[in-house]
This record gives sequence, structure tokens and C-alpha cells, in this order.
Amino acid sequence: MQNNATSTVAVHDRHGEAHAAHNPALLHHFATEEQQRNSASLGMWVFLATEVMFFGGLFCAYLVYRRWYFGDFAAASKSINMWLGATNTAVLICSSLTVVLAVWAAQTARRRLLIGSLILTMLLGLLFLGIKGVEYKEKFDEHHVPGASFSFDHEEIPGHPGQYANPKHAQMFFSLYFVMTGLHALHMIIGLGIFAWLLTMAWKGRFTPEWHTPVEIGGLYWHFVDIVWIYLFPLLYLIDRHK
Amino acid sequence: MAATPILQPVERENYLNKEYGAWSWLLTTDHKRIALLYLLSITFFFFIGGFFALLIRLELLTPAGDLVQADTYNKLFTMHGMIMVFFFLIPSIPAVLGNFLVPLMIGAKDLAFPRINLLSWYLYIIGGVMMMHCMLTGGVDTGWTFYAPFSTNFTNTKIVEAGLAIFVAGFSSILTGLNFVVTIHRMRAPGMTWSRLPLFIWAHYATSIIQLLGTPVIAVTIVLVAAERALHLGIFDPKLGGDPLLFQHLFWFYSHPAVYIMILPAMGVVTEIIACFSRKRIFGYHFVAFSSIAIAVFGFLVWAHHMFVAGISVYSALVFSFLSYAVALPSAIKVFNWTATLYKGSIHYDAPMLYAFGFLGLFTIGGLTGLFLSALGIDVHVTDTYFVVAHFHYIMVGGAVMGYLGGMHFWWPKISGRLYPEGWARLAALIVFIGFNLTFFPQFILGYMGMPRRYYDYSHMPEFQILNVLSTAGATVLGVGYLLPMFYFLWSMRYGKPASDNPWNAAGLEWKTTSPPPTFNFDEEPVVIWEAYNYEELDAPHEEGVPVAK
Amino acid sequence: MSSHSTSSHATSSPLKMYFAVFTALLVGTALTVFAATLDLGPFNAPVALAIATVKATLVALFFMHVYHASERLTKLVVVAALFFLFLLLGLTMSDYATRALS
Repeated sequence: MQNNATSTVAVHDRHGEAHAAHNPALLHHFATEEQQRNSASLGMWVFLATEVMFFGGLFCAYLVYRRWYFGDFAAASKSINMWLGATNTAVLICSSLTVVLAVWAAQTARRRLLIGSLILTMLLGLLFLGIKGVEYKEKFDEHHVPGASFSFDHEEIPGHPGQYANPKHAQMFFSLYFVMTGLHALHMIIGLGIFAWLLTMAWKGRFTPEWHTPVEIGGLYWHFVDIVWIYLFPLLYLIDRHK
Repeated sequence: MAATPILQPVERENYLNKEYGAWSWLLTTDHKRIALLYLLSITFFFFIGGFFALLIRLELLTPAGDLVQADTYNKLFTMHGMIMVFFFLIPSIPAVLGNFLVPLMIGAKDLAFPRINLLSWYLYIIGGVMMMHCMLTGGVDTGWTFYAPFSTNFTNTKIVEAGLAIFVAGFSSILTGLNFVVTIHRMRAPGMTWSRLPLFIWAHYATSIIQLLGTPVIAVTIVLVAAERALHLGIFDPKLGGDPLLFQHLFWFYSHPAVYIMILPAMGVVTEIIACFSRKRIFGYHFVAFSSIAIAVFGFLVWAHHMFVAGISVYSALVFSFLSYAVALPSAIKVFNWTATLYKGSIHYDAPMLYAFGFLGLFTIGGLTGLFLSALGIDVHVTDTYFVVAHFHYIMVGGAVMGYLGGMHFWWPKISGRLYPEGWARLAALIVFIGFNLTFFPQFILGYMGMPRRYYDYSHMPEFQILNVLSTAGATVLGVGYLLPMFYFLWSMRYGKPASDNPWNAAGLEWKTTSPPPTFNFDEEPVVIWEAYNYEELDAPHEEGVPVAK
Repeated sequence: MSSHSTSSHATSSPLKMYFAVFTALLVGTALTVFAATLDLGPFNAPVALAIATVKATLVALFFMHVYHASERLTKLVVVAALFFLFLLLGLTMSDYATRALS
């Protein structure tokens, strides 16, 4: 197994006593590399729990108003581009695959695959953001961005011909749409930053099968961002589409 | 009292003298130094918040609104609340005592993420600077609760800046909680099982859960408020179909558990102090440990008791009222356990114990009055009156601040390597106790009699004046009581008697290292083979410094 | 003893598993879109959310390695986060859902 790490090889000690001199990645306040790795992993999981609650507040607001203004929300939802949304869902799913491939590549010392997967992940992330930008532009052109120039007149409520959506309530949908997808996109951008950093480290050959914790925990973050989108898509894009 | 410095032989290397210079402090990753950085910062904000309190109490000396204008008064109580809650109470014990003691108590060299710990302090400072700037350029007048739609649509004050300051400080709080959870799970010394952990650690673990899961919700609420102000989104604006109550739900989902962030660490401190100064192991260790977790979980179930008269459904109010009674149970369990620990203990009335006694009584009063407020019928009458103000000050000041001061005294020898002057400390504790009760007990009566909170002018009810005067007098006494420790702690750093490793002969790993500890806490990694609060062994007859084994 | 706390235990079989999950996720997405075009009465939203939950669970269990996690603690953190999320959503909705009754 080729080891391209520039640092010296970590010593595997059956009793878990790694010697700091052997692996500079071991921080001094940890007793073993395993403790360090487990701490990083737990730290990322706990952080993701906080992110669940962060988005959770928005889902709560969405739930309240969707219940109150279901018809208006359905009309508004119909006007956003479901195919772009579905494509983006597929894009993120692909990127989650490339992320697990990156982790596996790091575990098995496949440097080229690691670098390729990281790059592919980032490209897919950029594609996601690009498609999002197209969607946002569509909304901007249709005057569906909340604010002074918002208009949503004469849009029928799906399944209720002759009944028109209340523009104020439709604006509520779009307010939540932009805040939720906007916050999600912000997390995506941060994810791209993290992966750019991982790519730099991978390029320098810093990851080894013994130590590739940043790839693992960066991957956890990315998957979380994917999971948020997995929920955003049906909630925002698929209200009463059949009507 | 002698004022000449006590000469000492050359000091051992410890975390204080290992390096000198501003950068060695500002770039430190040593949890103990970070704790002291926090100590300085929160003390600063405590006095800022106290200054606002002083102005409030001065205004309320007379029924007429004659000291400040109404708008200014609104800003005073808002800034008092925001500073005290977000920049003093929430960080206080966890960021100072928690940061200092968690690694020591579990036998670790540092927290799991020392650099994140430093980041946490910087975020707190950035938030604090933003808040100071906000205050100095006009401040906020919405009350610390910044309810919509006033905060989103009507006020012209600097909501977004204050909100961002709180957001940043909240992130600091999240990172502290994250650090503690991972540290307590991963970095306990060999033999330090969960059942041997000091209850201070259990309390901080529970606190961290709340910090982690609650703070993000107020963070996103602040984002929504900022978005609404900037972009006129209408999420909380009735004119655009929004519901102001949604704001209150999201706000209180965090802000109620936040009060448990403030009290749980103090309970942890009090547990340590009571065990030490009764020379007994804590009665019902597991009950106390699990009650901390129960408070953390139940605390998330009760938030709408702040909204009983706001317009929520009566059925929902019933549920929240019932749950609010339930959340009192774990706290009551703790009070029973502390009392049972005291029973037949060998009580020593040192300053930390005086604060612990104060905590016991005042927290009990505060907690019981919380039960009154949980009853829907009573709440209708006393909500938004001084009854509520008195209730939460009994818990936050009579409880949390007393716990904080008790902890500062108890661990001062460990932190500074010096003993504080015991006589002055006991006097200060007494002054604080008297001043506190004089300030806040009259407020229960005022609230019961109907004096609304957040009013700068009560000239339509001049009969309230005498109680207000008493309250303001008490506040002055309380202020003196708070100032005294500032002076004698500082004095002790130069002139105090050097402390031994374990001046209280207390249980706990932190007392097994030097005072002050070395940078990496222990010369050798401890291996724990004894149960927590092993006071019987500590007080047993010793042969050559070693307890005679049973 | 494996030095990886969250990896799977063999080195070649995870690939098959990853591609299987990947396929399932794409199929799930297609299914969600398809189901949205059908009239399922009041069940459109529950079905969409159910499929989303299956997808999210697959990502969490297999891409985030929760299934093979060496500790129950990881699972506990996930469960705890979801528990508090449902608390927020559920108890808030208990107000909104019963206001009309008041």
C-alpha cells in the first residue's frame, strides 16, 4: 500500500499509546490518536445536532404558515421550477457519493481517487449553486422576490379553479423559500470552503490511512447539508403538484 | 491586616508564571488562562449591566418619571437585561469555573478542543464589542425579549446590531458546550467512570446539552428578525399574514432553557461546596446527577409558560402549565438532597458555604414562586408585574450569582494560588444576602399589588413608592457587597497567603495538583480508584499523610 | 483492532454498498417526483416526507456511517437532535392546532 504522506508513518501500538514524535498530527493534550480522532468525530456530530436545531426553527415557521395558508402556498410552490429542484437533488446525491468515495480513498491510500473525488464533489457543489442561481433569477424576473416589487396576482390555487391566491400569503411562502434555501446555500458555500481546504491538504499528501480525520468530518458536514436539501425539496417544490 | 507582601521562595512553574506578556494570554490555548480571560470580560459586563440596574432603581425611587425619559428607560431595562443575560449570566460559571475546572476534575490535560476554546472567547469579545457599540450609539428599547412586531416593524433602535451581537455571543456559547460534551465523554482519566464524576461535571454536561440544542433556535430567530427588518419579509408581521406569536415560540424555545443554562452550573457549584463544608458525601449522588439531565430535558418542554396571556390556545397553555410543574420536580430533588447532605454533617461556615446557604434559601423561594407563575389563574394576575421580576431575580441573582460567587471563593486558592481574606469574604456574603433580599423581596409584594414591570412612571399608584425605595436601598447595599470581592480578590493576588494544594481538604482531582496548577494540570496522569466525595477517607486519621485504609 | 472509528470493516464491500445506496437515493428522488404528480388525497405530503425520511436515513446510516458506528453515542446524538427537533415542531404545533378550539 503506497503511503504518500510526507510525515513519518504513525506507529500502531496495540495498547493505543501512540508516540507524539511519530505523528505530528497528534495533539499534545490527547493521550492517543484514537482519542483524538474519536473526539473530532463526536465534535462534528454534536455540531451537526446544533445545525439540526438551527434549520429546525425555519422548518417550524414553515410548518405553521403552510398549515395556515395551504392553498396560497400550493400556488406559490407551483411557480418554482420543480425540475431544477429535482435536478439539484440528484446533484447533491451524486456529491454525497463522491464524498464517501473520497473518504474511502483516504482510508485506502488512493491519493488520485481522493483528489479526484474531492474535486468532483466541489464541482457538483458549484453546479448546485449555479442551478440555484438560475432559479433565483427566474424568481427575480417573475417578481416573486419578497419586497417592494413583489407581485403574485391572479394565480389560481391548484385544485380550486376561480380561486386566487392571496399575494400576501404567497409572499410568506417566498420569504421562507428564500430564507431556507438561502441559508442552505450559505452552508453549501461554507462546505465548498471546507472542501477546498481538504483538497489542498490532500494535494500536499497530508492524509494517510492512519490519519484522515478532516476528510471524514468534512464529509459528515457535507452529508448533513445534503440531508437538509432532501427535506427542503419536497416541502418547497412539491405542494399539490398533482392538482 | 498586614499590608507587606509575604515573601516566598522561588515559585514553582505553574500556568500563571509559565509565560509572560500580552500575547501569551491573547493567544493561549490553556483552558485555565482562557477561564481568566473570561473572568475579566464577564466581570466587566457585570458592572455595565449593574450600572444600568442602578439607573433603573434610581428612576423608580420616585413615582414620577423624572430621572430619564420613557424611551430612555426602555433602553435601560433592555440593555440591563441583554447584557446580564447574554454577556454575564450565560457565560459566567461555565466559561470561568467550567473552563478552569472541567479538565482538572476529570483528570485531563486540557479540553478536547483548546483552539476552539480560544475562538469561543474571541467570539464572546466580538459580540461584546458589538453590543457595547450598539449601546453607545443609541441602544435598543424593546426589552431583552425583543418581541415582534415592535422589534421588526416599529422601533427605530439598533435591533439588527444587538441581534448580531447576541448571535455571535451565542455561537461562543455553543462552542463552549460542544467542547465540554466532547471533553467529558472522551477525556476522563483512567478510572474516572461516569459514577465517579463530580456533580459539578454532571451539571456542566447538562448545561452543555441546553447550550447546544437551544442556542441555534434563537440564532435563527435573530436571523429572521434581521431579515424582516432589512427586507420587510413579514414573517412575524400580522399585516403580511405573519404571526407575532411565532416569534415568541421560537424566542422562548431557547430563552426558557437558557435560564437552566444559568442555574444548572450554580447547582453544580453548590453541590461541591455543600459536600466539602459538611464533610459528607452527597446524599443521593445518582439522583442529583440524573436530575441535572432531567432539568436539561424538561426545561425544553415548558417555554410557552411565558406566553400564557399572549394568545396561545388554552389547551396548549394547560399542557405547558402542567409541564412547568413537572420541571420543578428535579430541582426539588436537588434541594432535598442538599438538605439531606447537610443533616448530621460537620458544618463549616466559611464564605463559600455562606453563599451556598444563601443559594439554598433564595433558590427555593425563587423556584416556589415559579410554581405560582405556572398556575394559569395566578399568572393572569401577576404576569408582566414585578412579581415576575422578583421571581427571576431570586433565581438568577439569589441563585446563580450566589453560586458563582461561592464557586469563585471556593476555587480561588486553586486558581490564584492565594487565600482570600476569610473575614472580609464572610462580611461580603452577608452584605450580599441582606442587600439582595432588601432589593427583591419588596418586588414580590409590588407585583402582587399590581405594579407593572417596564414602567418608568408609577405616579398613578404612589402607594408603591415606599417599597420601591426599599428596593433601591437594597440595590445599593447589594452593590457594595459585589464590590468588596473585587477588592479583596485583587488584594489577595499580591498579599494573600499562599495556598496549599488543598486548603479545604476537599475531594476532587483538582485538589490533587498544585495551587495554581501547572500548565498541563497534573505532573502525572491521575488514575482514579476512589468514589466521588470520599470525605470519610479524607477526614480519616492519617499516617504520614496517607489515610489509614479501611 | 481497527484504527478507524467510523469506517466499515472490509475494504472492498463498502463500494458496492455505497453504489447501492446511491441508486436507492436517485430512485427515491424520482419516486418523490412521480408521487407528487399522483392524487393521493391527504397523503401526498406524508408520502413525500416518508420517502425523504427514507433517503435521509440511508444517507445517515450508510454514507455517514452511523450503521457501522463503533459507539452507541453517535446514534444517541442523532436521536437526541431529532427528539429536540420534534419537540420544537410538535409542541409549537400543539398551540396552532388547538387555537381554533379555544
